[in-house]
Amino acid sequence: MIQMTKPASRLSPEEQKRRRKRSLALALSLGALVLLFYVVTIAKLGPGVLQRPM
Amino acid sequence: MMTIVTNSLTEEHNETLVTSGVSKGDVSDFFALLKPRVMFLVVFTALVGMVVVHPDIHPVVAFASLLMIAIGAGASGCLNMWWDADIDAIMIRTRKRPIPAGKIAPGEALAFGMTLSVGSVIVLGLVSNVLAASLLAFTIFFYAVIYSMWLKRSTPQNIVIGGAAGALPPIVAQAAVTGHVGWESIILFAIIFIWTPPHFWALALVKSSDYERAGIPMMPNVAGPDSTRRQILAYTVLLAPLGLAPVAYGFGGLAYAIVATLGGLGMLALAVQVFRLREGEPAMRVAQQLFGFSILYLFVLFATLLAEHGLGFFRPVFG
Repeated sequence: MIQMTKPASRLSPEEQKRRRKRSLALALSLGALVLLFYVVTIAKLGPGVLQRPM
Repeated sequence: MMTIVTNSLTEEHNETLVTSGVSKGDVSDFFALLKPRVMFLVVFTALVGMVVVHPDIHPVVAFASLLMIAIGAGASGCLNMWWDADIDAIMIRTRKRPIPAGKIAPGEALAFGMTLSVGSVIVLGLVSNVLAASLLAFTIFFYAVIYSMWLKRSTPQNIVIGGAAGALPPIVAQAAVTGHVGWESIILFAIIFIWTPPHFWALALVKSSDYERAGIPMMPNVAGPDSTRRQILAYTVLLAPLGLAPVAYGFGGLAYAIVATLGGLGMLALAVQVFRLREGEPAMRVAQQLFGFSILYLFVLFATLLAEHGLGFFRPVFG
């Protein structure tokens, strides 16, 4: 039996609000991961890693 | 019977939750999948595993390692909730978890747990070393597959053997900051490992009907309450002196020796009470007290080690 599916664009206000919150949390997590990688790189290799000749 | 429940639950949730192709879960529901309270315990014991060896590494690297251990622990909790959604729906204690409550589809939880598992292991390997990453991967595998998928529903020794997963974080943490596994973390592992049976069986005595309904072979349901009480006492008799092992090995100071002695005596006194009181409300009450005190006992032991090594309160007992 084929299920009638609700289009993603017809989300209720509550569903839209939850999706926004999930998107925000995902963006913040990715940003935090980038920051973590940057800080760990500096901590492990030292600030000299930024001053290498091209 | 269990399989039928699993399938119907999975299909029903996938139909109702993913009909629009968009998840319905809130951020807090996804966070709940990580078992935050267990994560806190893992972070805490792992931090102590790091601090007692006074590692010579940058605090940022130690923090990043700790974060990945926490995420790995959360990921294994998430995979556990995915696998156990059918029995979680039956038990009163767990029926409000995100999957049985209908807030998150099983497929979403599986994807979330797998992503975090793989991600945490890779990042831990990058920020620390391969040994730590391998140990974290083993911990996740042990909890999600060995304990959740195999032991939990097949043997009353489930939480005894499965307890190894909960006891491993100090070992992973020491490997992350030193590159090897030393006696300090093995002793901390042993303390948590031996602490687990009296802790969980005290809860199982109180919640035995809940476990019975879900068909989980916990010790009180299989061997009976009296045998469980004997075994709680036996493990506590082992635990009380084992709690003093950090003193014998020189990384538990005077404050720790006092706390471990008093705490061990408290655990023993409650375990004896649990052994003696077998009927009615007083029996349930003392089992509940042992469960609560066991959490306090482990927390205070590790907090004392943290204060001694992290805040400089260490005073040697010998010499």
